Amino acid sequence: MPYNEPNPAEVRVLSKRFGIPNSQSIDVYLANEGYQAYERAAKMTPDEIVNVVKASGLRGRGGAGFPTGMKWSFLARNSPKPKYIIVNADESEPGTCKDRLLVEFDPHQLIEGIMIAGLAATSNQGYIYIRGEYRYLIDIMNKAIAEAYDRGYLGDNVRGTGWKFHLATHTGAGAYECGEESALLESFEGKRGIPRIRPPFPAVAGAYQSPTILNNVETYAAVPSIFRMGGEEWAKLGSPKNGGTRMFCLSGHVNRPGVYELPMGFPLMRMIEEVGGGIRGGKKLKAVIPGGSSCPVLKAEECNINMDFDSLAAAKSMLGSGGVVVMDETTDIVAVALRIMRFYAHESCGWCIPCREGTTWLRKILLRIYEGHGVASDVDLVGELSKNMLGRTFCPLGDAAAMPTIAFVEKFRHEFEAYIQKQVPAAQPDPLLQLASV
Amino acid sequence: MTFSPELEAKIERMFSQYPPDRRRSAVIPMLMYAQDEIGSVTRELVEEVARRTGITPLAVDEVVTYYSMLHRMPLGKSHVQICTNISCMLNGGTELWEQATRRLGIGHKEVSADGKISLEEVECMGACSWAPAIQVNYDFYHQVTPQKLDEMLTQLGAAR
Amino acid sequence: MPDPVKLTIDGRQIEAAPGTLLINAAKAAGIEIPAFCYYDGYSLQAACRMCLVEVEKTPKMPTACTTPVAEGMIVRTDTEQVRRARKMTLEFLLTNHPLDCPVCDKGGECELQDMVFRYGAGGSRFIENKWHVDEKQWSPVVFYDGPRCILCFRCVRVCNEGMGVGALGIVNRGSVSEIAPNEGDHLNCDECGMCIDICPVGALTSGTYRYQSRPWEMDHVGTICTHCSNGCKTTLGVRNGEILRGNNRDRSGINGEFLCIKGRYGFDFYNHPERLQSPLMRVNGTLQPVAWSTALEAVARKFTETKNAGGKFGVIGSTRTTNEENFYLQKFAREGLGTNNIDHHRSGDVVTLLDALSGRANASLATTADLYTSKAVLIIGADLSLEQPFLAFQVRANFRHHAAKVYVVTPEPVREDKYAARSMRAAGDPIWGALDQMRDALANEAELVILFDDSIKGEGVRRLLEFGTALGKPVKYVALVDYANSRGAVDMGLTPDLLPGYHASPQRGLSLDEMINAPDLDVLWVIGANPLSRADLSASSPFLVVQDMFLTETAERADVVLPAASAYEKSGSFTNVCGEVQRLKKGLDVMGTKPDLEIIGLIAKEMGLAATVGPWIADRVFDQIRRTVRGYDVSLPVIATGGAAQTAPVNGRISSTGRPEMIRSVHNDLFASGTLGRYSKILNSVLEKTEGEVEPIEAVHR
Ligand SMILES: Cc1cc2nc3c(=O)[nH]c(=O)nc-3n(C[C@H](O)[C@H](O)[C@H](O)COP(=O)(O)O)c2cc1C
Ligand code: SF4
Ligand code: SF4
Ligand code: SF4
Ligand code: FES
Ligand code: FES
Repeated sequence: MPYNEPNPAEVRVLSKRFGIPNSQSIDVYLANEGYQAYERAAKMTPDEIVNVVKASGLRGRGGAGFPTGMKWSFLARNSPKPKYIIVNADESEPGTCKDRLLVEFDPHQLIEGIMIAGLAATSNQGYIYIRGEYRYLIDIMNKAIAEAYDRGYLGDNVRGTGWKFHLATHTGAGAYECGEESALLESFEGKRGIPRIRPPFPAVAGAYQSPTILNNVETYAAVPSIFRMGGEEWAKLGSPKNGGTRMFCLSGHVNRPGVYELPMGFPLMRMIEEVGGGIRGGKKLKAVIPGGSSCPVLKAEECNINMDFDSLAAAKSMLGSGGVVVMDETTDIVAVALRIMRFYAHESCGWCIPCREGTTWLRKILLRIYEGHGVASDVDLVGELSKNMLGRTFCPLGDAAAMPTIAFVEKFRHEFEAYIQKQVPAAQPDPLLQLASV
Repeated sequence: MTFSPELEAKIERMFSQYPPDRRRSAVIPMLMYAQDEIGSVTRELVEEVARRTGITPLAVDEVVTYYSMLHRMPLGKSHVQICTNISCMLNGGTELWEQATRRLGIGHKEVSADGKISLEEVECMGACSWAPAIQVNYDFYHQVTPQKLDEMLTQLGAAR
Repeated sequence: MPDPVKLTIDGRQIEAAPGTLLINAAKAAGIEIPAFCYYDGYSLQAACRMCLVEVEKTPKMPTACTTPVAEGMIVRTDTEQVRRARKMTLEFLLTNHPLDCPVCDKGGECELQDMVFRYGAGGSRFIENKWHVDEKQWSPVVFYDGPRCILCFRCVRVCNEGMGVGALGIVNRGSVSEIAPNEGDHLNCDECGMCIDICPVGALTSGTYRYQSRPWEMDHVGTICTHCSNGCKTTLGVRNGEILRGNNRDRSGINGEFLCIKGRYGFDFYNHPERLQSPLMRVNGTLQPVAWSTALEAVARKFTETKNAGGKFGVIGSTRTTNEENFYLQKFAREGLGTNNIDHHRSGDVVTLLDALSGRANASLATTADLYTSKAVLIIGADLSLEQPFLAFQVRANFRHHAAKVYVVTPEPVREDKYAARSMRAAGDPIWGALDQMRDALANEAELVILFDDSIKGEGVRRLLEFGTALGKPVKYVALVDYANSRGAVDMGLTPDLLPGYHASPQRGLSLDEMINAPDLDVLWVIGANPLSRADLSASSPFLVVQDMFLTETAERADVVLPAASAYEKSGSFTNVCGEVQRLKKGLDVMGTKPDLEIIGLIAKEMGLAATVGPWIADRVFDQIRRTVRGYDVSLPVIATGGAAQTAPVNGRISSTGRPEMIRSVHNDLFASGTLGRYSKILNSVLEKTEGEVEPIEAVHR
């Protein structure tokens, strides 16, 4: 059983089968519209498939929200090299825990989505890169893959159509950066998770330098319902240019945290109050991180907003990976900013100077402020160093560390200053040392 | 170096999943599964993985030292991983971490004297909506309370 | 040539070939874009972010080191935004840098210092603790200081891509990332030191140069390596008559950034405690130090006596003395002593190659540059990476940059196998079978360079050229030889039957082996060679005169030993394996020694033959060589400015068998260099270094 009760406000399309006993099995899947979308797509040309995805308005669920149909259309289909489908199940953005459920409770939906991508790409091989911590999901996925082979949905001759399509899982080993698509590909090839220089993009040179479609788990999982409903119908589930539903991961200080499937554009305050049951202990809302740790924080008064890519971009934040972290009035923003920076410093791959040194420096300053040894100039310095990282790093991890930090100091400057004012006196200097330095 | 027949079979399958000239793709999966069996990434294992995938031991070292889940030093029988990232932190994850270090008398990536338990403060493990979360080896524990943690540690053999 | 792309950089109209990287297009226009990780010729990293520039219509500043030029592109490298980005990147970099410049070897020639000076901020806002780990010694020559490392990954690339060794890697993650050696705590590699020279900062330092000097205290003397036949340029750092280091950081000369361990560190034989610094004479059976005048007088007296009595001379020349010395020596022997008994240790069949080439269409000698540009290369016999390090480097670079097809026929596995289009194992006669199997593939190449060692000589060489000609494509050849001037020694006529420039000698003299075995030799004069390490003199005991740096097996037997200067202590010229002439530049004097040219000149003078043999001034002798030796009329400005000019000493048949059966290569590997190698502390310490226990590298993730 899923880990939280469903909510009446949900529009359950991707999570439709969650909660059905034995929802992982292919029989349950087949009994519940399973693999019908594949049958439909199998009759289409790759271009037609891409057009359906385009019409659905589906945008990548991994964080950046890039239109999926457009991404698929970039694939160098004419290349003589093999084409690969890669699934990003590295889910590591703090605040995000939705891909886990999509794999755990409906692995066949994911397989079907991957197959349709495979048809669109004229590919014969897919891989699912699953973060190492999700070992039990690898077992679930492997079992589902074995079932799909058994029933002829995978193999050398898929459902007798002559199309060859193989699928396998691949484990990560603990590295947030390996969720970044090009670092993921390096990791997949057995190397350190260091991003690649782009261009070329994966659509031209991805896995094994071959044309590759790479998407998030939720993105692929959305594809079967798109083909069952039709692109236009599916698009209408959401708001304009933000098709469909989205798995929101509600966490933090709410009464009913959980993963909920809601239409794109669902109002944030309704999500907190109606779906999440309001702030725990009757406290007041202070702020919300709307899409995982890398998204700039929204103050309470900014939370009257619709949860879609464009509305959040207009508010200078991001929908990101769907991790909605709700913070009540007791929340220590300095502690949150420090914890987030500790994360990015720990996860920086170390390739480029601004991110490697910037996150570490910022972590040290924030820790010093937190421990009561901050100085007045530190607040500006934190903001400025973050801006010095922004846009200058090799991959977006540097931005992901900078953006929330800039927002924290801009929107909650007084909290940082308060820490600095109630300074803990520095330890008494050693008199001998003092003498020596005269 | 030989592994258990099950692991050998698994490795065999792994290699069959990648193109024949891409054996290197199996490096990380092989290290992960072999570590589970051996207890840590030993020098011998590094050399074995290098041999089987056709790369240098140095190239394997580069990989091993990059990934948080690959460990050169043996962990405890139960590796207790406590998330203190934001969602967990907002729900008492940091306190759980402190509680565990106090009770066990060990810190980050340290192993109890009897080798039963090791501790690690970890980053977000994908359980944010059911925070605070703990993983023991590969098993998830959700909405862990201080009492629950205490019981868990006792069950894993921690001294009182 | 495709049409050039037009773009604008800092308001200037610039043209560049399509595909040119912005950083290079700017450089060609005289606009400097700072870079740490970019290094011409190696893979792109985009890691340091120093080269960010503004490109119109591009929202984020792209890296100039990875962005190719595009038609109509408008680039700005000197805006407030760009300047600020550089300054801030440097500020970030310095947070983890120890700033111990006053005691750092790189101080004064450090790229980080230069960058901070030019683009950095006056102060730092960093007041936190710095990360520290102790410095590590990885080998006798390589030390690594983690905190100084700016993680530009140049060392990793030069070792992997340039050398084909791959002994360096990156371990850990984030700000505690470090460079690590292949054996856990030490290196097992070529010990070439390329990583040290290419390191922009003082993170990698050299075991021999550490804490020795500041760069500005030294004279930087660009000369030619005295070890193998490849002829690399090396720049000696000389202070107060001491060589402190060798390197080629300015990438000048034929070898660019390349030097092997011998060129970079192997100069250290020059101050070995056993270096001879006084003439020695046999008195009552033992060698005693004597004055130069005494020794020279004794030699001249014996030479004159022998000559007057119609006695028999034997002269054995060197493969490490200069062209001038060799030319002068043979002239002295032939015209002064009246003997053709002159030879040297021959290691490759240059003579037959030159003869077989004459008059042949589509066939010529290859230059070292050809190895980098030719579409295909065939290596026969030699373990090129170990025996001919720079030639191997060229072939590797050719593969990397131009996807050259490399073919290998060797007795044992070699490093080239890794990227060769075809590798076969064969020695002796089966080589021809292997070549036959490769024939079709080779005939499909547009052009070819063939390198062959001493397994192909005499008739074999002619057969090889027939093979090459039958391919129907332009083929160039290199006859591999052992030492710094092995090739020059043949060109200069240090042979019993050929005069300088391969003119037939009217009378044939004794070859090296014949001299050693002659029962009736009266005088044996050995210059910079050690023939008695391999063979014993026959029953006769001639008067033995030896010019050398050390008391070799041959010198120990001598009646008079004259202490000679090394190649680093004199001027003159060397001709490398490809026939390229380059100039030596004198770096220092070693007390008590004299260059061989001077020693020979003084003997001539003492014998009253000065007028016959001519002045012993290197430039004057080279003048003579240019005038009399075929193919040596090279452009003086080229070689005077440190360039290499290829000689073409052949244009007609050579009437000599060249005695190919005498040809024997010693196949020195990377850490051997004949006598010089035996007296090099560094080469020996690398060889002695025992395999240590491998310490595991523990991951540091804070
Ligand atoms: C530092 C970093 C971490 C990322 N982590 C993830 C991740 O864990 N899962 C994911 O799907 N995408 C992640 N992404 C986004 C991917 O790079 C990529 O855009 C995405 O997988 C593409 O799929 P989509 O178009 O379906 O969103 C990350 C990006 C960055 C820069
Ligand atoms: S921004 Fe740079 S250091 Fe940070 S993760 Fe990306 S490439 Fe690595
Ligand atoms: S050791 Fe030197 S060359 Fe190597 S990465 Fe560090 S700074 Fe760059
Ligand atoms: S390759 Fe030969 S010439 Fe070049 S540095 Fe080495 S020994 Fe000297
Ligand atoms: S923050 Fe702890 S599991 Fe996500
Ligand atoms: S030189 Fe361009 S990023 Fe380093």
